[in-house]
Amino acid sequence: MAIPNLVNFLILFPFVMAALIFIQREATPVRSFTIIVGGFAIMGAAIYAAVNVLMSGDTSQFMYLEESFVPDHVIMAGEVFLMCLVCFLSIKYKKYYAILISLAGTIPVLWMDLTGKAVEGNTHFRIDTFAAVMYLIVGVVGILICIYASGYMKDYHHHHTDVLDRSNYFLSLMFVFLGAMFGLISSDSLSWIYFFWEITSVCSFLMIGYTRTQEAVDNSFRALWMNLLGGCGFAAGLMYCNMALGISNLSQVTSAVSSEFIIIPVTLFAFAALTKSAQFPFSRWLLGAMVAPTPSSALLHSATMVKIGVYMLIRLSPVMENTLTGIMITVIGGFTFFAASLLAITVSDGKKVLAYSTISNLGLITACAGTGTREGVWAAVMLVLFHAVSKSLLFQTVGDIENCMHSRDIEDMHGLIIKLPRLAFIMIIGICGMFMAPFGMLVSKWAALKSFVDSGSVWLVLFLVFGSGSTLFYWAKWLGKICTVIHQSFELEDITPKSEMVSIFPLTAMIVIMCFAFPWMSGHMIQPILNEAFNDNIPDVIGRGDVIIMMIMVIMIFLIPVGARFLSIGKNSKMTMSYVAGVNAGDDRHYIDSFGRERALYMSNWYMEDFFGEKKLLWPCIWFSTVLVLVMLIVVVGGAL
Amino acid sequence: MITLEMILKALLYIILAPVVGGLLSGMDRVFSARMQGRVGPPLIQPFYDVNKLLHKQTTVVNSIQVLFVTVYLIFTVFTGALFFAGGDMLLVFFALSMSEVMLVLAAFSTNGPYSIMGAQRELLQMMCYEPMTLLVAIGFYYANGSFMVDDLIHAQVPAIAQIPGFFIGFVFILLIKLRKSPFDLSTSHHMHQEMVKGLTTDLSGRNLALVEIAEWYDVVLMMGIVGMFFITENPISVVWAIIACAVVFFLETLIDNLFPRVKYKTMLIVTWSVILVFAGTNLLILNVLKMF
Repeated sequence: MAIPNLVNFLILFPFVMAALIFIQREATPVRSFTIIVGGFAIMGAAIYAAVNVLMSGDTSQFMYLEESFVPDHVIMAGEVFLMCLVCFLSIKYKKYYAILISLAGTIPVLWMDLTGKAVEGNTHFRIDTFAAVMYLIVGVVGILICIYASGYMKDYHHHHTDVLDRSNYFLSLMFVFLGAMFGLISSDSLSWIYFFWEITSVCSFLMIGYTRTQEAVDNSFRALWMNLLGGCGFAAGLMYCNMALGISNLSQVTSAVSSEFIIIPVTLFAFAALTKSAQFPFSRWLLGAMVAPTPSSALLHSATMVKIGVYMLIRLSPVMENTLTGIMITVIGGFTFFAASLLAITVSDGKKVLAYSTISNLGLITACAGTGTREGVWAAVMLVLFHAVSKSLLFQTVGDIENCMHSRDIEDMHGLIIKLPRLAFIMIIGICGMFMAPFGMLVSKWAALKSFVDSGSVWLVLFLVFGSGSTLFYWAKWLGKICTVIHQSFELEDITPKSEMVSIFPLTAMIVIMCFAFPWMSGHMIQPILNEAFNDNIPDVIGRGDVIIMMIMVIMIFLIPVGARFLSIGKNSKMTMSYVAGVNAGDDRHYIDSFGRERALYMSNWYMEDFFGEKKLLWPCIWFSTVLVLVMLIVVVGGAL
Repeated sequence: MITLEMILKALLYIILAPVVGGLLSGMDRVFSARMQGRVGPPLIQPFYDVNKLLHKQTTVVNSIQVLFVTVYLIFTVFTGALFFAGGDMLLVFFALSMSEVMLVLAAFSTNGPYSIMGAQRELLQMMCYEPMTLLVAIGFYYANGSFMVDDLIHAQVPAIAQIPGFFIGFVFILLIKLRKSPFDLSTSHHMHQEMVKGLTTDLSGRNLALVEIAEWYDVVLMMGIVGMFFITENPISVVWAIIACAVVFFLETLIDNLFPRVKYKTMLIVTWSVILVFAGTNLLILNVLKMF
C-alpha cells in the first residue's frame, strides 16, 4: 500500500474505531474482539509505514497533500466543535475560567483562517524518520495500552460499582486520542498540528474526568486550563509565523536560519511544549491525572500526551542551540528532573511515584532537547523510546496489582514476590528498566550526561548527578519492598485476564530486547533523525567496547538466576527466622514485647516527608519555575518585539 | 575493543585484589587497635575470619537471599575488573551502584527489622555518594578528555592538579562508601548497637564470607580510583599514587576512630554540601577555563 493512503488510514481509522466502540455499550466479547482486531490493524499499518519510511533511505519524498480545501474546513469545524464542547462543560461544572482560555486560543486562529491571512499552498503532511519512530511508539505502545484497557475496564467496574459504567465512551476516547496522535506526528502544517494538539488536550481532560467525582472534575479542569494555556501559546506562535513571517510549516521553522525573529514562535511553541510535557510549573495536571482509570494514566504518561511536548521540543532543538530560549528550557528541564525525583521519594502511592518519575524523566528529555546539540537530541530520542515502553509496562502492572489486591500503595506491595509472583517479576523488570545498569534508560542517561558535559552545561551536570542519586533511592526502595520474602504468606489469586497479558508480555519482552538492540536502533533510527535535523551525524555515543561490556552484563543478569537454580545454590542451607533480637513469636512478623504480649512487626519504607515532602517542596518548585518561564517569555518574546 | 592485555589485567585484579583488600582490612584493624591503645589482632586476622565463616554451617532466612549475595559479589568483582582492565569510568560507577543495589535487596528480602533498617540506610548512603562518584568520572573527563581508564593513565599532568575539589569530595564520600564512622549508618563493626549489624544482620556463614570478600574487592577498587588522581605517563607516579592511597586509607581509619555516628539528615546535608562546594566549584572553574 502506498504511504499516503496508510497515513490517511492511520489518522482516520482510529476515529472509525472510536465510533464502533462507542455504539457497544456493554463489555461483550464482541467489543474486545473489535478492539483487538482493529488495534492490531492500526499497529500493523503503523509498523508497515514506519519500516517503509525507515528503509527508504530518502525521507524527503514523503510530503503530501498540497490541496487541502476540504480537510481545512473539516479542521476548522473541529476547532469550533472543541471550543463549544469546552464551553459547555465549563458552564456545566461552573469553571468559567476555562471558557476564556479556550476562546482566547481558538477565535484568533479562526479569524486568521477565515480572513485568508493564513499562508496557503504548502504540503500538510511530512513523514520523516522522527515521525516514523513516533509512529512505532504510538502504534505499538499506544495500541497495546488500548488492548489492555479493554480487559481492565471490565475489572475496574467490577470493583468500582459506584462509578457509572461508561467504558464504551472511555475506550473510544482512547482511540480518538491515538488518531489525534497520528495526525499530529504526520502533520507538518502548523495549523493542523494545532488542531490535533487541541484534540489531545480536550481528550485528556475528558478521560481524567471519567469518574465524575469532585476530585476527578477538579483535576480534569486543572489539566484543561494548563493545556489550553499552552494551546494559547501555540496559537500565538502559529499566528506570528503565518502573519509576520509568512511561514506555515514546522519544517520551515526548524530550517529557518534567515530570520532572526524565528526565535519568537520557537519560544512560544516551547512554552506550549512545557505545558504538554508537564514540566514545572505545569506538573500538577499530570499528578491529578491519576484519578482516572489506569489505562488513561498509562496512555497519557508513556506513549502519547506527554510525548507530544517533548516531540515538539526535539523538533525545535536545532533552532534552540545557543539561544536564551534553549538555555531556559534546559534549566527548566534539569530543575524538573531533580525536583520531581526528590518529590518521588516522599510519596507511597504507586501511581504517584510513577507520575513523579514521568515528570522527572520528561525533564531530562526536555533538558537534552534544549541543549540543541546532536548528542542531546540522540539522548532525548533514546529516552523517549525507552521511557514509553518501561513506563507503560509499569502503569499496567500497577493497575493489575490494584485489581488483585485492591490497593496500589507501595507499602501494600510488601512481599509481592510471594503474593503475586508473575506480576512481581514483570514489575521488577520494569523498574530495573527505569534506572539500573545495563538497562535502557541508563544508556540514555549516560548519553545525556555526556552531552551535558560536552556542551559545558555545568548546572545541568549537577542537576543530573544529584537527580540520579534520588532516582536510585526511590526506585530501589520500591524494588526492595517487592523482593521482601515473607514466611507463611500465601499466593493471592492472580485475576489478570489474558487480554491484559497480551499487552504486558510484549512490553516486558521489548524492555529486554531493547537492551540488546539499542546500537542497532541508534544506527537505523536515531542517526537518520540527526541527519535530517542537523544534516550531520555523530560518532557512536556509546563506544563499541562499552556496548559489548553492557551485553555481557545483561547476559550475566539473566544467566545467574538460571545458573543458581541448576547448581542448587543455597538449597542445602539451614533455614531460620530473621533476627528479631531473640524475641520472635514463631514467625518473622511478630515479636514478644516486654510484657510478654505478642505484637505485630512491620518495617515501612522511608519517605522523609518532613524533609522533601510535597507540602514543603512542591509550591516553592512551582514558583521558582514560574519565574523561569516568565523570564523566558518576557525576555525573548518581549525583547524581540 | 577487548584485548588480551585487558583480560590479563582483569585476571590479575581478580586474583590479587582479595589478598590486598584483606591485608588493608587487617591493617585497618591494627591501626584502630593502636589508636585505642590495644594490641589488636594479627595483620592476617581477616583471612582467618573469612576462612572460619566459610567453614561454618550457613543458615539462611530464604533462598533468594543467597542469590542476591552471589550476584552482589560477582558484579563487584566485575566492576573492579572493568576498572583495572581500563574500561569506561562511567560504566564502572553504573555497574558499581547496580551491585550495591543487589546487597540492599539481599537485606530487604529477609524481612528482618534490623536488615531492612540497614537496607534503607544503605540506600540513603548511596543517594549521598552517587552524585560524587558520577562527578569523579566527569572530572577526569574534563581533566584529560576521556572516560576510559586506559587513556587516563597516560596523562601528562596528574589529574589532581586540575581537579583537587573532586579529590576532596571523593575522599569524603569514601567514608560513606567504606561504611566508616561517622557515616557507618547501615552497618557497624560492633554487634551491640541499636541496629545490630544492620545490612548484614541476617547473613551468616558462607554468605557473610561472600560479602566480606566483596568488600575487599571494593576497597581495592576505591583505592585504585584514589590512585588515578596521581597517575601519569611517568612510571614514578605510581609511587605517588601508592603514597596517596596509604595516606587516604590511614585518614579514613583515623576519622573512623575520632567521630561518633551522625544522624541520616546530617549525613545527607553535609555530604551534598561538601560535594556541591568542592566538586561543584571545581567543575565551574574548569568550565570557565575551558571556554577561554
